[in-house]
Amino acid sequence: MTQLPQSTERKMGLVIDLDTCVGCHACVISCKGWNTENYGAPLSDQDAYGSNPSGTFLNRVHSYEVTPDEGHAQLIHFPKSCLHCEDAPCVTVCPTGASYKRVEDGIVLVNESDCIGCGLCAWSCPYGARELDQAEGVMKKCTLCVDRIYNENLPEVDRIPSCVRTCPAGARHFGDLGDPNSDVSKLVAEREGVDLMPEMGTKPVNKYLPPRPKDQIEDQIDILAPLLAPVAEEPKGFLGWLDKTLEKL
Amino acid sequence: MHPAPSVIVFTTLSGLGFGLLFFLGLGLPVVTGWVAFALFAIGFGLSVGGLLASTFHLGHPERAIKAFTQWRSSWLSREGWCAVIALILMGLYAIGAVFLGQRWGVLGFLGALFSLATVFTTSMIYTQLKTIPRWNMKLTPAMFLSFSLAGGALLAGQLTAAMPLLLLAGVVQLMYWRQGDKAFAQSGTDLGSATGLGSRGSVRAFEPPHTGTNYLLREFVHVVGRKHAEKLRIISFTLAFFVPLILLMLPFHHILALLAVLSHLAGVAMSRWLFFAQAEHVVGLYYGKR
Repeated sequence: MTQLPQSTERKMGLVIDLDTCVGCHACVISCKGWNTENYGAPLSDQDAYGSNPSGTFLNRVHSYEVTPDEGHAQLIHFPKSCLHCEDAPCVTVCPTGASYKRVEDGIVLVNESDCIGCGLCAWSCPYGARELDQAEGVMKKCTLCVDRIYNENLPEVDRIPSCVRTCPAGARHFGDLGDPNSDVSKLVAEREGVDLMPEMGTKPVNKYLPPRPKDQIEDQIDILAPLLAPVAEEPKGFLGWLDKTLEKL
Repeated sequence: MHPAPSVIVFTTLSGLGFGLLFFLGLGLPVVTGWVAFALFAIGFGLSVGGLLASTFHLGHPERAIKAFTQWRSSWLSREGWCAVIALILMGLYAIGAVFLGQRWGVLGFLGALFSLATVFTTSMIYTQLKTIPRWNMKLTPAMFLSFSLAGGALLAGQLTAAMPLLLLAGVVQLMYWRQGDKAFAQSGTDLGSATGLGSRGSVRAFEPPHTGTNYLLREFVHVVGRKHAEKLRIISFTLAFFVPLILLMLPFHHILALLAVLSHLAGVAMSRWLFFAQAEHVVGLYYGKR
């Protein structure tokens, strides 16, 4: 089971638009909400209302500041979850066969009843996508909401991962990245989507769309500029008197 | 990496124990009766004790038997197999030596082979991880194997073998530290490649995903004690290699030999602590930490 499939029929995954993400963390909350009460063990919290809270999350949003050689620094919000790698090191290191990659859609899952909680899969993941649940002692990771995407009890519009369904900015896209004609594949081609840490050789399925270049407003002079020049250079009237009086003191 | 006591105890003790079993299996020295009983008891005590310690960090130790299923791909599973085979072979060999006064050479040779293979598979669990550049080098198995052989020779009282093996292990240790210190930079992984934003400018972690800590930070971003790493390296090297070598050069006495073993054990345990504490996982980059 922990040998990787030669190829998968489909490569289901996420495309995350770093240009559009506003860093609201709604995907984090909806992910935790859905996954704590569905597939597998709940996502536990420790000391949730105390001084040192900590908990299991399958999706977290970082924020980075990128400073180009010229021009202004830019703040980029960066959601990160399992990338469902084609060459997933977390699968091959697993000693029990609990960790596996599905042939039919390429989703990487953990069979929790086989997991011994050794943590080696989390050690092997460069992206920090796996977290050992402190209450259950088993490894938790993004399931790509495998219990939503094929769930015929849900309205069709909801048969996408919880994070994608929730994102208010439309920064998250879900689809088959193995099909070059799918919407997500076209989006990746058009926006030149990138892999994270390609040097690790993990061949991640999820792609990140880099932010679009910013407009250079410094180079343009607005036609309304003359009207925006300050009208009163020197204070007059009462303020003028006050200004002069205070100067003299 | 978080230097979990269970894993440090495991790799230190089982490395030493399997090293001793290796020499006993080869008939260095040939022992029978009570002497054999004592030596095998130490060998099994260390190796089995270490293996048991390693189960303490598992979330579900009661399912550990399942770890034997995935030997085709998993070094951890292979380690389990090698350890069990080595212990069974050496157990049978020990029965012959202790109770029957027999030396079953082929069995001992195979047991020695699997003892060394166990140490090798342990080292490969760490070596295979590209995410930890300091471990992902050929010198990691070289270090585990040379430590195990040196310690085993010392415990087995093979003084002529122990001296060059200690010297070799010491040299490997120095090379490991030297190359390990450069490994992260040479891996080419930085926050730029981690975020895919490196081509746009310099990337800085601005805000973490949460105000508290999490499993990833506790497990992979351990910086406590790193500031004393240089001093600890000197103490560890002195205890593991320098002191035992000096003691071995003095006229032989059992007390001195015991001191050499204890000093070596303390030094190796310290080196193993540094092995974990100084190892930097690339996931730390996402948090602006190493």
